[in-house]
Amino acid sequence: MTAGTGSRTATRRRRMTLLHLVMVPLAIVWLFPLWMMVVFSTMPDSGIFSPEIQLIPSTHFIENFRALEADTGFLRTLFNSVFVAVIYTVLSVMLTSMAGWALVRYRFRGRGVVLGVILATLTLPYFVVVIPQFIMVARDFGLSNTWIALIVPPLFNSLGVLFMRQSFSLMPQDLFDAAQVEGVSEWKIFTRVAMPMARPTIAALSIILFLASWNNYLWPLLVASDPSMMTAPVALGSLIGFTRVSWGGIMTGAVLLTVPMLVVFVALQRHFMSGITAGAVK
Amino acid sequence: MAGVSLSDVKKRFGAAEVIHGVDLTVEDGEFVVFVGPSGCGKSTLLRMIAGLEDISGGEVRIGERVVNDVEASDRGTAMVFQTYALYPHMTVAQNMSFGLRMTGNDKADTEARVSRAAEVLQIEPLMDRRPKALSGGQRQRVAIGRAIVRDPSVFLFDEPLSNLDAELRVQMRVEIARLHGELGTTMIYVTHDQTEAMTLADRIVVLRAGRVEQVGRPLELYHDPANQFVAGFIGSPRMNFLPGTVVSRGDGRVRLRLERGGEIELPLETLPREGAAVTLGIRPEHFVPAGQGDCDITLEVEVIEHLGATSFVYSGTRSGAQIIAQRPETPESAEASEHAGERLTVAIPAARAFLFDDSGARLR
Repeated sequence: MTAGTGSRTATRRRRMTLLHLVMVPLAIVWLFPLWMMVVFSTMPDSGIFSPEIQLIPSTHFIENFRALEADTGFLRTLFNSVFVAVIYTVLSVMLTSMAGWALVRYRFRGRGVVLGVILATLTLPYFVVVIPQFIMVARDFGLSNTWIALIVPPLFNSLGVLFMRQSFSLMPQDLFDAAQVEGVSEWKIFTRVAMPMARPTIAALSIILFLASWNNYLWPLLVASDPSMMTAPVALGSLIGFTRVSWGGIMTGAVLLTVPMLVVFVALQRHFMSGITAGAVK
Repeated sequence: MAGVSLSDVKKRFGAAEVIHGVDLTVEDGEFVVFVGPSGCGKSTLLRMIAGLEDISGGEVRIGERVVNDVEASDRGTAMVFQTYALYPHMTVAQNMSFGLRMTGNDKADTEARVSRAAEVLQIEPLMDRRPKALSGGQRQRVAIGRAIVRDPSVFLFDEPLSNLDAELRVQMRVEIARLHGELGTTMIYVTHDQTEAMTLADRIVVLRAGRVEQVGRPLELYHDPANQFVAGFIGSPRMNFLPGTVVSRGDGRVRLRLERGGEIELPLETLPREGAAVTLGIRPEHFVPAGQGDCDITLEVEVIEHLGATSFVYSGTRSGAQIIAQRPETPESAEASEHAGERLTVAIPAARAFLFDDSGARLR
């Protein structure tokens, strides 16, 4: 090893040490509340408010869960959340993909305006939309406490449209022209050529949409007040009462809400690995 | 199989007209090459024939059928793209059979056609590979295979060899020529490479700015260009152009003085007026040794390219009035060759020179 290489290695080591000195405390600040959520989910309320801070999980998880289930019917609300999030994700990916496809593939009058309007909706705060949407869905259509009310109104996702439009526009248009000359129908070009090539984007978008639905609190709170239609975040929120707050139950529910998110993320993360289009064109 | 005919075909993108009324007939089984510089409209014209671009005016016929309003899929054409356009998530076999599968073709027939095309193109060992596992040449073969399985009446090639390296390009050029010989199908081929055009075409269509400049057999274009643009475009290296002025005329001959010095007399049927500005064209390979032609010119040698069998002497590259002279190369001539900075006198034979007026039209 030459002196130059040695000094480079030493510099690199110093830099890494410095980086760790900054990153490790940041990671602790970020992870500590999550860890305490897990710890609290295993403790009775009395333990949570005990003056002695406990950092190791206890054994009260099952009891907390039983209390949570008794108070809210949590398993049912968890099922509702999973059902709504899955159906919402599938439908929204299909809808936003088709809209994105149309914006890339078809030259039509007003295409730029349509795109501009979609972009503009991104700047609208959700809270501006939610009240008129609620009035329309609950009062005018009378759809409160239905799957349609939970799933359909948020389906059209501007960010998703832009996401998919970007993905399709980056694909070599020759591929679609080639399929067109081969006599393949537009629907099959979309489903058999474009969508498989957009898999990494679809995976990323699916995670975003799934999480958006999973974490959505306000809209389900407004349109699904019936316990049988309640989603898990709303059920957890209902535990915060005026006189009594079951922190052990809330923390247990929060842990159970976090697990599916992790499953979805781990299942889809390999699709983030792009490179699927490698070799399509030189 | 079918011929293709275009009559007064126009293309507009918004207010801009990019194809200005093209008339052309491609005979059944003919190999026609569209050639021209970038932006001349050759690819647009091909895409209009394929049905990938709308036709703003005029009529396109494939066989006897007017196809202006016929979908691309129903025109009976197959197209090979510069980018290969292979579906990256499918194997070679799936790529080749995709169109037939999606249009409900019989499964056994599809398989038979794919294996026949694979055999013709010698890509059988590659059938289970994905495009990313293929070389450029192999990808282009697969793209051609995908066109063959459709058994089209017209093949359309859009600069299919532009992404290949020089050696592969020559190899694939030969393969395409062989394929045309075997299939006998009408082929329309777009390229900006005049060597490809000269070697492949039965007829070449030279395009410039959305207009057809000349249509003809390769050697016809080389020996008898219609104008200065075609004369400059066909032939490699390009034709030299020397500006001059007509000093006298009469008796079926015109005498001109070249700006760079020297006078030459050419036989002409239509004589330009005295004092008219003209351009004399002479190909690099048509210069003869000093004293053996009709007008000697002296070149300041700037660069010499030795290609083995022949060499090119470049002069005037700095001044913009470039002249290239081709010289045969032998072991002796290499020894006695000129060097940069020296002078070389060559002669223009009047019989091999072309004359163009100030608008670029050929004077005959």
